[in-house]
Parts: sequence; C-alpha cells; structure tokens
Amino acid sequence: MQSSNGRHRGVGDGPERSAGNQEDDGASSRDVAPEDPWYDTSASGWGELDGAGMPAPAVPPARAEPGAAAARARDVYVEVQRSEAFQEVRGRYRRFVVPGVTAFLVWYVAYVVAATTAPGLMARPVVGAVNVAMLAGLGQFLTTFLFTWAYARHARLRRDRAALELRWDTQELARGAQGGAS
Amino acid sequence: MTGDHQTPALLLFSGFVAVTLAITTWVSRRRHGSAEEFYAGGRLFSPMENGFAIAGDYMSAASFLGISGLIALYGYDGLLYGVGFLVAWLVVLFLVAELVRNCGRFTLADVVAARMSERPVRIAAGTSSVTVSVLYLVAQMVGAGSLVALLLGRTSGAAQAWTVIGVGALMVIYVSLGGMRATTWIQIVKAVLLLSGTVVLTVLVLLRFHGDVDRLLLTAAERSGHGRAFLAPGLKYGGDWNARLDFISLGLALVLGTAGLPHILARFYTVPTARAARRSAVWSIGLIGSFYLMTIVLGFGAAAVVGPGAVRGSNAAGNTAVPLLALDLGGGAGSTGGTVLFAVVAAVAFATILAVVAGITLASSASVAHDLYASLRRRRGKHRSEVAVARCAAVGIGVVAIGLGLLARDLNVAFLVGLAFAVAASANLPVLLYSLFWRGFTTRGAVWAVYGGLLPAIGLVLLSPVVSGSPESLFPGVDFQYFPLENPGIVSIPLGFLAGWLGTVTSDEVPDEAKYAETEVRSLTGAGAV
Repeated sequence: MQSSNGRHRGVGDGPERSAGNQEDDGASSRDVAPEDPWYDTSASGWGELDGAGMPAPAVPPARAEPGAAAARARDVYVEVQRSEAFQEVRGRYRRFVVPGVTAFLVWYVAYVVAATTAPGLMARPVVGAVNVAMLAGLGQFLTTFLFTWAYARHARLRRDRAALELRWDTQELARGAQGGAS
Repeated sequence: MTGDHQTPALLLFSGFVAVTLAITTWVSRRRHGSAEEFYAGGRLFSPMENGFAIAGDYMSAASFLGISGLIALYGYDGLLYGVGFLVAWLVVLFLVAELVRNCGRFTLADVVAARMSERPVRIAAGTSSVTVSVLYLVAQMVGAGSLVALLLGRTSGAAQAWTVIGVGALMVIYVSLGGMRATTWIQIVKAVLLLSGTVVLTVLVLLRFHGDVDRLLLTAAERSGHGRAFLAPGLKYGGDWNARLDFISLGLALVLGTAGLPHILARFYTVPTARAARRSAVWSIGLIGSFYLMTIVLGFGAAAVVGPGAVRGSNAAGNTAVPLLALDLGGGAGSTGGTVLFAVVAAVAFATILAVVAGITLASSASVAHDLYASLRRRRGKHRSEVAVARCAAVGIGVVAIGLGLLARDLNVAFLVGLAFAVAASANLPVLLYSLFWRGFTTRGAVWAVYGGLLPAIGLVLLSPVVSGSPESLFPGVDFQYFPLENPGIVSIPLGFLAGWLGTVTSDEVPDEAKYAETEVRSLTGAGAV
C-alpha cells in the first residue's frame, strides 16, 4: 500500500502529510496537524466549526489566533475564485460535466421509459436472439464505459495541471494571509 | 439444497471469517485512535485498492444473487434493473467523487456544513445519513439470514436468527476494532473473491454453450416458457401503469441515490487526493460494470441450464438461481465439482454480505459520532473521544440492526434497498449538489432540502402498498394505503430539490460569498484538502 501510494506524491501535499502521519506511528494527528499550514485554514471556519466533539486537531492554535488572519484567509479564496485561471478551470469542468450529465441522464431515463412503456418497440428483433432492448441495455453499459473514459481523459488533460497550479497558488496566498500563524 | 453441500460451504464460511478476523487484528495492532485513522484509514489507499473496495462495498448479495435470479425468472427485466446500478456511477464520477474528496473530511455533512451555520445542517444531514444506512443495513441483515439459511438448507427460524446475530456481531467487531482500514481490506478481499467466482461461473456457462451467446439466449427463452418475450422487457415490470411507474421511480432512485449513499461517499476519503478519488471511481466503474455484465450471463445461464421452474421451486424470489447453476455446472448434485462450486458460491455470498454491512456500519457510526454527537453534545472537546464515540456507535448500530433484523426476519424487505436509494437520492443528493454548485444556497435551504426529501420519502412508503392494504404488505390486516407506488423516488426526489430551493429563496440569510468561494475553489483545485 505504501509503495503504490508513492505514485501520487506529485499530485499535491496530501500524501506527504498523510504519509508522515502514518510513519509517525504512535503520534496522534494532534501532534502532526499544526505543522500543516492547511489545517489553520480549516480551523478558521472550514469543517470544524464548534471545535467541540470534533476531531479538531488544530483547535488550540486556532483559538489563539485573532480573527483578522482568518478574515484575510477568507479573502484569499474570493481572490482566487475571481482570478482568470480559476474561472478557466471551472469553465472547463462545467462545459464538460453539464452536457455530459444531461446526456447520460436523458439516455438512461429514455431507456427506462421506453422499456416500461413501449415493450413492443423494444421487443423488435434485430439479429438472431438480439432485439432492440438487448442492444439498448448493452448500449447503456457501453456508453457508461465511454463516458467514464472521456471524463477521466478530459480531467487529466484539461484540468489536472491547472488545478494543481491553482492549488499551490491558493495555498501560498493563504500562507501569506495567515501571517506565519502556524 | 441437500445436506451434502453444507460441510464444504461451512468450512469456507469459517475460513473467510477467520481471514477477516485476522485482518482486523493485524490492522488494529498498532492503531493510535485518530479520527483520520478510524474513519478514513489514514487516507493512504491507492486508487486501485480503493476501486476494489468501492466495488466490494457496492456489489451486495442482492446484486449477485438477486439480479441474476430476477433474470433467471423474468429475463430482460432483471437486466433492466441491473443497468441502473451501473449508470449511477456516472453521477458519482462526474459530480461527486472529486469535489467531495476535496471539500469534506469524513462525512457528507462536512461538505454542507462548511458553508452553513453548522449545527442544524449537521443534525439534518447526519439524521438522513443514519436513516439511509439503517434501512440498507436491515435489508442486508434480513437478506443474510434467509440466504444463509437457504444455502445451508436450514430453513428453521433459529438458524436464521443466529445468522442475523452472527453477522451483526462480526460487523461490530470489524468496525469497532479495525475501523476503516480493516473494513477496506475486507471489502477488497470480498471484491476479489466475488469477481473471481463470477468469472469462473461465467466462463463455465459460456463453455457450456461453446461461446455462442445467441444460443444461450435462445435456450433460456425456450426453457422459460415465455419464448421471445423472455428477451424483451415487460414480464416483471410491465403490468398495469402503477407497476410501470413504480419501476421508473425505482430507476430514478437507483441512478440518483448512489451518489448520496453515505458508505460510498466515505470511501472517497480513504485516498490522498481528488485525482486518486477519480481514479478509484474509474476502477470501480470498470469492476462493477464487468460484474453486472457477467451477472447477466449468469442469469440467462441459470434460465437455460437450470430452468426457471427449478429456480422458482427452490426460492420464489429466484435468490438461489446462481447457487443452483453452480451445482449444475460443477457436475450436478452429488458430484465433487458441483459440491465445491456450490460451496464457493455460498461462501462468496456470505463474504459479500459481511463486507457490505461492515461498510455501512462504519459510515453510519461516522455520521452518529462526527455529525450528530458532535453537534448535540458540545462540551467534550477531546480528540480521542470522538473515535471512542464512533466505536460505541458502531456497537449501538449493530444492536439496532440485529434487533430490527430479527423483528423483520419473516417479512419481505426487498423493497428496503430501493427505499434506501430513494431516501439517499431525495435527502442527500439535493443538499450535496446545491452546496457544491449553488452560490445562493443558505442554511435554511440546506435543512429544508434534507427534511423535504427525507420526510416525504418515508411518509409515502408508510402510505404505500408495501406497508398496508395488500396481502403481501407488512400489515396485511389494515388498510391505510393512499400512495400507489412502492418506491417513492419519483415524487420525493423532486420534492427534495424543490424544498431546498424554496427554503433558500424564502430565507432572510444572506449567502456568505466568501464561504462559497472557499467551497468552489477547494472543490475544484483541492487547496486546503485534508
């Protein structure tokens, strides 16, 4: 498991931190988390809002931190959201996903509705034992595989690199906004 | 099922239980009790491992035995049912997997609560997640009881009851001691076993017909007694308009519900990055798709080799079609090959149930501890305590599931799986999608979206023919049936979306632009993801 994980290290800082957490056996994540700059962002309002009963590894530093740094960290996300690079990534995602989802949902609903309301049409033989219904059913399998392939390819070629750069930029900005609080 | 198949089947059962317990012990030997470790297995699984685990989490005994049984009895309509389970994964892949991995930590509520006033949202999302899990869990437990009793030829009530108790005890042990890491490995082992078993049987079926699928289909159609109608839709879901509408409703629930199942969402937190989450979804689609394709061959194979008459004679719902097929392919009852194959199929079905219930128990214990307990009891802020609560919650959920499983033992609970998907699609999916994609979504909208899907879904089922008003319903003696469909999805899913929209437009709360920016940036880039 450890070795196979190595493949993803280049993707972001997640694996390294998790790996550190893993190898650092016996240390609870309370000890590990404060070294992680992103935990402070989350402590400023993301994910652990009451700090009670939650795992909240970074609660002590977060509580000690004045609200101003948190507010600056919030501005970072607005700034990134308005940046052209992010708009481009979001546009690429949406331009692929919206037509994609519409297409396969329409195709699936049409298939189910046709199978339940027009069995006569679906029973029309095509070749040998194969009829329209059989082709449509296997077509659903085929299109599911094709959509999966297309999505993975689109994400890999059109989004991954830009998203990774944005991730680093955002985290750099957030680090600056936090003002070395960690 | 006669007595001579039982010994090898029991041996294999015990073998699987021993292996899984060994995994649990091995994994928990150096646990350090962090939430990351318990809920997400340290987030260190590779996409391939997670893909297998997702497949192991998703392919229930209902798919393995149920769908192939449906095909054996009703032909094409069984296939129609199976398609929804696969297409649903496109919704997960396109809209949910990466974004949820980037935004959340352990549960669905994490994603929603990040933008909203936390407490009400967490309570709502936690409640619906637990509801979905318990419905699904009870269906699996009851299924396990009747299935094992059936496979072992012990149809007595005591054997069923002990199976339910045994399965419940095992899942509690896996989850409370081993957490996500043990659960994941059990699911991987199960997925490998299930897929290998299916591949072997499929190859044997195809060999029997010399690779001629056409002949397989024609033989199945001929033996079914329905002729060509067996290969076309309509035998099961083609009754009156209620039955047809009911199937459309079920189809919608299947396709939209998978993306809202808590135990499926939880699996995406076990990989380090969104990219790994995407790749695990791609793996799982490949595995699940091939599995359902093989299930179709097995179903038609059972119809052609065993014949629907014999299948129906063994179990009216068709659940024994694949075991009977295995017996026949191995050389028939009494032969060594038949006995071994039968035992393998029985053990695989048992492994399937155990892996699925463990995944659901873990996800619901996370909802209880991470969402409900953390919101309702605010004083204890200690880090360790949440995992301790989650372990206790797993025991509690196990007890509840055993209790309900015993109570519902003799009832026909097949509708519960469809209902769990319908609740997931009506209560969990709208709130999740609105949170991720709608700038103006507010706290009230989120709470309304959850309850606006959950309450109609449950309410409509209570008023439906599965509860009262017909001879097959849970309470045949009374009649308060006002809603004609068994599956509420076609009404409750739009209601969930509508309620979320209505709650948002009627609330005074000004949506927090900065929080939405944070959600959007994080979901698409992975910045700040844990």
